[in-house]
Amino acid sequence: MSSPMLDVRALNKVYAGRGDPVEAIADLSFQVSDGELVCVVGPSGAGKTTLLRCLAGLLPATSGDVALAGEPVTGPPQGMAVVLQEYGRSLFPWMTVAQNVELPLKEKGVARGERSRLVGEALEAVGLADVGRSYPWQLSGGMQQRVAIARAAAYEPQVLLMDEPFAAVDAQTRFELEDLVRALWKGLGVTVVFVTHDIDEAIYLGERVLVLSARPTVLLEDVRVDLGAERDQLETRGAPEFARLRTHVYELVQQAKLGVRSLADARLTHAG
Amino acid sequence: MTAAQATAPATAQAATRQATPRRTAWGVVRSVLYAVGLPLVLLAAWWVATADSESPFNPPLSEILATFGPTWFSGDSFADTRFVQDVLPSLGRLLVGYAIALVLGIGLGVLIGAVRPLRELAEPVLEFFRAIPPPVMVPVLMLFLGVGTSMRVFVIATGALWPILLNTVEGVRGLDPVLKDTARAFRFGRWGRVRRLMLPGASPQIVTGARQALSIAIILMVISEMFAARDGLGFSVVQFQRSFAVPEMWSGVIMLGLLGVLLSFVFRVATAAVLAWYHGYLRSQRGGA
Repeated sequence: MSSPMLDVRALNKVYAGRGDPVEAIADLSFQVSDGELVCVVGPSGAGKTTLLRCLAGLLPATSGDVALAGEPVTGPPQGMAVVLQEYGRSLFPWMTVAQNVELPLKEKGVARGERSRLVGEALEAVGLADVGRSYPWQLSGGMQQRVAIARAAAYEPQVLLMDEPFAAVDAQTRFELEDLVRALWKGLGVTVVFVTHDIDEAIYLGERVLVLSARPTVLLEDVRVDLGAERDQLETRGAPEFARLRTHVYELVQQAKLGVRSLADARLTHAG
Repeated sequence: MTAAQATAPATAQAATRQATPRRTAWGVVRSVLYAVGLPLVLLAAWWVATADSESPFNPPLSEILATFGPTWFSGDSFADTRFVQDVLPSLGRLLVGYAIALVLGIGLGVLIGAVRPLRELAEPVLEFFRAIPPPVMVPVLMLFLGVGTSMRVFVIATGALWPILLNTVEGVRGLDPVLKDTARAFRFGRWGRVRRLMLPGASPQIVTGARQALSIAIILMVISEMFAARDGLGFSVVQFQRSFAVPEMWSGVIMLGLLGVLLSFVFRVATAAVLAWYHGYLRSQRGGA
């Protein structure tokens, strides 16, 4: 196998603010290959967002290394795009939808003609071709998150990082957006790291699911998801394998909440 | 990019959820009536109250209005009128001073708001300077800059600077951290962050500061002309008062008021486009999603 797209080695993050230092991530190592879609789950407060911010170069690691395509990440790297949970606050309210999607391309130095092609295609791909001239705050929450996804897609990243992007949208919209992410992932051939607290979502979307322990975070298990390339909200979620994985990951997360810090210590009652 | 076609649910109707209120002809007439209603009532009250006035200091409004035209717009040629000789120089100094305050205030404000150590260093000093009433500086500055145009422009600029500067600092500091992260993650350059994040993001506060600064600038324009001046609106009012030309003096006050109304109208028109998004944004936030 070629060198991984994303290589995380012995990542450690301690917040040394006022008061006692807080160790958010104890020791994390994992790799993501080019073109993979990997989901990260863990109990709430598991340092998922910290991890994603370290991957994105928005937060310096205390020790350990993050490398993107062989290059160490010291700041936000080229070829990476992020979609944050707070969709409403990550879009520039003084710009229209199309301008929001176009802005990072302007900063990237993409020529005008190319920009408008990319913006058009990205909005088309997320089903928002007809609202380019609206302002983000005129749209519903799910549509705003589509805009954020379109913005990331138009940027043509090698790696797309998504931090609980659907945590704040309603359940039905969430299903649509999950399928959108799968479709974009396949269409763009992009590497995706998708952080979520939703176990079903992680299994439905991912080729792999990284299960994290509670804080300070270590990797509990790297679960392979063999649900095929084509996922369907009804078929996939109804499959026996989906149920088995769901049970397994659910139990792991429950154990993680109780403070279990390695797979060997986990007491899993439903043998997988 | 050849992104796959994804699920595309209902989109268009939700997009127009926040329609802007449409203005009817009657609505326009009504808002004009509201705008001029109270001034007309006040003028009428002034007119009636002073109609039989014998007091030399409080002449009838009719007399004041009668002198308004001759006072400001009579002369051998238009270039000789007091409007050109006094009002325009005042206005020129006001605009230059105000422009300097805008450039300095927004420039320094962005810098101080964006660079945290600088902000912590500068804030106590800013509070001190803000606390000094600008008119106090007029006699002081006269010593340094003499009594010419540069002194008056300087007074206007330094007085109008503070509200713009402090509001810009607040606006830049108050930017949503999620927006800042977004700009960082997409690798906005330094200039890109200023131009595409900080200035538009802080524009509501900048406009607020600029509006306060405009009133202060008008006040300082007049005050700076009351010391050792040779022309200007403030100078004219003082001169009329000293020569007991009371109706003319009052007409100067009215001229000043009209100028203020005109400037604030221009200001509102000029900033409406800048803040169009903000009003819609606020409405949508209050509507609550």
